[in-house]
Amino acid sequence: MSVTTEGGAPEPRRTSLLELDARTRRRNRSEARFRAYGLAAVTVAVMALVLLLVSILSNGLSSFRQTFVSFPITLDADVLDPSGNRNPEEMQSVLTFSYGPLVQQAFVDHVAALGIETDLPASALGDMISDQAPAQLRAAVLSNPAMVGETIDLQLLANGRVDGVFKGRVTMESAERDALISPEQLILAEQLRAEGSIITRFNWDFITAPDASGQRPEAAGLGVAIMGSFYMMLVVLAFALPIGVAASIYLEEFAPKNRLTDLIEVNISNLAAVPSIVFGILGLAIFINFAGLPQSAPIVGGLVLTLMTLPTIIIATRASLRAVPPSIREAALGIGASKMQSVFHHVLPLAAPGILTGTIIGLAQALGETAPLLLIGMVAFVREYPAAPLDGLFDPASALPVQVYSWTQRSDPAFVERASGAIIVLLVFLIFMNAMAVLLRRRFERRW
Amino acid sequence: MPLLWTVSIILALGVVGYVMGRKRAVATAGGNARILHSLPGYYGTNVAIITIVPALLVMAVWLIIQPILVETRVTEMIPASAIEEAGSRGLVMSDVRRVAGGLDTAIEQGALTEDEARSIRTEFTNVRDTLAGVGVALGSDVTPEVLSAAQRYRELSRSGNLFMTITLLTLAALGFLYSYARTNRDFRARNWVEASVLVILMLASTIAILTTVGIVLSMLWDSWNFFQLYPWQQFFFGLEWRPSFEGGSELGLIPLLWGTMYISLIALLVAVPVGLFAAVYMAEYASKRVRSFAKPLIEILAGIPTIVYGLFALITVGPMLRDYFAEPLGLGSSSSSVMTAGIVMGIMLIPFVSSLSDDIINAVPQSLRDGSYGLGATQSETVKQVILPAALPGIVGAILLAASRAIGETMIVVLGAGAAGRIDLNPFEAMTTVTVKIVGQLTGDTNFSSPEALVAFALGLTLFVITLGLNVLALYIVRKYREQYE
Amino acid sequence: MNDMSVSRDVDTGEIKMRARGVEVFYGDTHAIKSVDVDIEDKTVTAFIGPSGCGKSTFLRCLNRMNDTIDVARVKGEITLDGEDIYDPKVDPVQLRAKVGMVFQKPNPFPKSIYDNVAYGPRIHGLSTSKGELDEIVEKSLRRAALWDEAKDRLQEPGTGLSGGQQQRLCIARAVATNPEVLLMDEPCSALDPIATAQVEELIDELRTRYSVVIVTHSMQQAARVSQKTAFFHLGELVEYGETGKIFTNPDDSRTESYITGRIG
Repeated sequence: MSVTTEGGAPEPRRTSLLELDARTRRRNRSEARFRAYGLAAVTVAVMALVLLLVSILSNGLSSFRQTFVSFPITLDADVLDPSGNRNPEEMQSVLTFSYGPLVQQAFVDHVAALGIETDLPASALGDMISDQAPAQLRAAVLSNPAMVGETIDLQLLANGRVDGVFKGRVTMESAERDALISPEQLILAEQLRAEGSIITRFNWDFITAPDASGQRPEAAGLGVAIMGSFYMMLVVLAFALPIGVAASIYLEEFAPKNRLTDLIEVNISNLAAVPSIVFGILGLAIFINFAGLPQSAPIVGGLVLTLMTLPTIIIATRASLRAVPPSIREAALGIGASKMQSVFHHVLPLAAPGILTGTIIGLAQALGETAPLLLIGMVAFVREYPAAPLDGLFDPASALPVQVYSWTQRSDPAFVERASGAIIVLLVFLIFMNAMAVLLRRRFERRW
Repeated sequence: MPLLWTVSIILALGVVGYVMGRKRAVATAGGNARILHSLPGYYGTNVAIITIVPALLVMAVWLIIQPILVETRVTEMIPASAIEEAGSRGLVMSDVRRVAGGLDTAIEQGALTEDEARSIRTEFTNVRDTLAGVGVALGSDVTPEVLSAAQRYRELSRSGNLFMTITLLTLAALGFLYSYARTNRDFRARNWVEASVLVILMLASTIAILTTVGIVLSMLWDSWNFFQLYPWQQFFFGLEWRPSFEGGSELGLIPLLWGTMYISLIALLVAVPVGLFAAVYMAEYASKRVRSFAKPLIEILAGIPTIVYGLFALITVGPMLRDYFAEPLGLGSSSSSVMTAGIVMGIMLIPFVSSLSDDIINAVPQSLRDGSYGLGATQSETVKQVILPAALPGIVGAILLAASRAIGETMIVVLGAGAAGRIDLNPFEAMTTVTVKIVGQLTGDTNFSSPEALVAFALGLTLFVITLGLNVLALYIVRKYREQYE
Repeated sequence: MNDMSVSRDVDTGEIKMRARGVEVFYGDTHAIKSVDVDIEDKTVTAFIGPSGCGKSTFLRCLNRMNDTIDVARVKGEITLDGEDIYDPKVDPVQLRAKVGMVFQKPNPFPKSIYDNVAYGPRIHGLSTSKGELDEIVEKSLRRAALWDEAKDRLQEPGTGLSGGQQQRLCIARAVATNPEVLLMDEPCSALDPIATAQVEELIDELRTRYSVVIVTHSMQQAARVSQKTAFFHLGELVEYGETGKIFTNPDDSRTESYITGRIG
């Protein structure tokens, strides 16, 4: 390859196009390599997503199914209704504590009746049933006092470890090292399952029941957390949408170009990037310590999330206001409408789908936010459902993502399954909201 | 709820104002609405606005200022000895507030009469028991000073509330009368209403400023309190993080900052190459079909809440790294580690880097690509030597934004990084971050007068300043870059 | 226009590029219909025609720039020195080193003037030392008549030059890779008259070394700089021949309509 001749003047090379020179081949190899890196990067990202989803689903799907023990229980009238008049108010005085022995005895009898021989003592048999079972039975009895004195068939929650046997979490080896279940109990559980006395079925209580203490993962549910999250979303919607839209209208349509406007613009873009935990500190200092609002209340969580969501909504709203062509405004102004009328009568309705889409996406973000809620006390253990709004907004509640966090902090491995299950519920809500946003955009998208 | 009543009355007055204002306008026009300056509804709205808005604004201000005034007055009553005993003024005041609240509850439930509440003395009644009886649990016995301060507190608050109700109602009535009197057919109602609406819109837009001010003030105030209790040199330059609630805590920032930076660095080492290469591939190589399928998938990663990543780190990535890397290599046996948190955070940041870079790469004009291809450059040479250098400022901005995200990220590190402050190079060792400690120091029962709790605010302030600096720098760079091609 | 053709020296060189039956499709659009053209060495060939007639599209076929557009398909045969440039064995990268291109809008890279010119030699490995590269850069800038203006500011960004200087920088950049053919797609359409005159002068210079193909919407420009002219209309090559003949005595009535301003 003669590049230069005398005087350094480049002369056209006479090489055939049909033969690749070594340099071109090398360049093509580096091209292929580069391309492969790109493809690898995309693959890595997609695989990470797949791994994440598979991990959550494989750990969490089983939480929607729960193991129940089903056996006949004779409801001893002498214990449950000492006064004998089946008056639920008086039967209230019989505490859950008294139902325990009843459940245990009935179970022991049932095992004997099935002809299963076991060396386990009665208390070990009783341990196979959830600590929650007496409360379950009590609730059933109080809702239907007429059952007292009869023998009924009831499905009671099995202990978390027994549940784990059928979900592959508890094995023979782990049972030997486990203080809460023994290999004998495990064998018995398998036998009972073969007899049909232990069944695993879909468990609505996981979605509707309140949280349960660290010793009874089998009874823990998401009811309070879902309500708390729902209440917070109401608060966010009630505050963030009107304030966000009002602020966007001002900034996009009316604001003069001056220092104040610039300051607001800079503030909004910066707030969008402030770490969420900082909003939690703000909520703690201002809403709880200063304004004296109650801890763990959806109203405080909602207000904090409102402040976090506002930038998202404002940015989306402004984009959709900007997308309305000036000709619409001019047309309205041209027939004598005031600027305010042209905005509220014409521009805003045309921008509404975009605003709504932005709002839904903002809400979805807020729904998954965890860190700031930890600081305002939403990690508290709450078993009571909050009241109806507006009072309920001030009652303690949990929130879906925070419930996930609380469950990860408990020692029983059954809570890992529950936390993953809670995430599935959370993701289902998010998918639903995002799908709605996409649908809205498709349905109303307008090209000018 | 007397406040609710006051608000309801004001709102009702507003509704009445709307109806009457509208009627009066039409009446002054002799029933012919066409000769009015504005549509009749505007006259009604005008009356309603002037009735409601000033009153509610004054109420908002009043509700903020009254507690401050009351507190300062009551604080003066507390003798220095009581403050010393409890540890700080703030603690005594929170006792006072709780007792005052307890007395209110007791009256509501009928355990005390109004007179009794005002006159009880610790000498004759066990106030703690009385309050416990209505469900208000107090940490210690009520001292006479606290009780009398609490009674004074209630008294001031009550008279303040009464005074506020009167003021608000008067204001609403005056507004009503004034605007009603001004309603006639030549009154420019629409202009007035629109001006008011404009003011409301403007106020809404200042929420952003208020939020920032709120963030800064709340953190400055409590950080100031913290530095009264703990020397700032030891905080900023301390190499140990060992909080202890018996006192003698060591609250050095450096180990936390180290953990934060180390994890962020690993996250960026994962996210930047993967995100950047993915963006380049999507923008320059991928066929339409691949793009339409892979791009949304990557964007899903951005929509997943961080708690999900946290759990992923805790139950999958952490144990995996421990079993396949840390333990065989003899580097540690902890499943929470810098590596765990860093990798998962890196995955979280991939879509962030890739979508920002994608925008930026697409902003490079096609003419530059053509110019390069026209000279016989391959695609990768064009990307490496023309597109990336041209997009560099924008990409640097994107990386800075990603770094700020990483530094401020909380849930992934809470669940994946560990809780012990440590300065170590081994990435398989558990370390902790600024955000983890903010959560740690502020959850559970916290005593807001101890340095162990207040340090969280100083940490928050540090975090805010760092991320704000990165954001401002990044936004500035990105904006400069955009201007270049507009 | 007659007087222009008098001074024209028409030394017909050997045929550098040959196109036979070239058809181009953009998706479903049939953009170029069966074009045959011979491009001679050391000659300026002008493609003229109304906008949208396919002249730029055809130009981009000559160095396979259409490959970078997903939906474009090219049929037919184009050869360079007798070698089919659409042969599967041909690497477009190598082809474009031989067939350089200058675009409508000046598009200097956001790099220094030096790096802009050195870009091509660097990627094609035309120099083995810094000194050699310096030489190539200087030579190219001189050929593009930019050396005197740029020699003191080689490290300043190329985007800081004026429009005409930028376009000459782009020409220098194309020349630096040592091409055999130089394609120019309306190189003066974004320039003012003075800069246009400079670039046109340059094109005439370049003819001594390269085969130059220029697309232009200005008939005056075609008449000023070219020896051969091809008139395109609606994707067809209507007429091709000596510039003087096309402008004074066209064979086709459409050509005549165009140069007299009745269509276009």
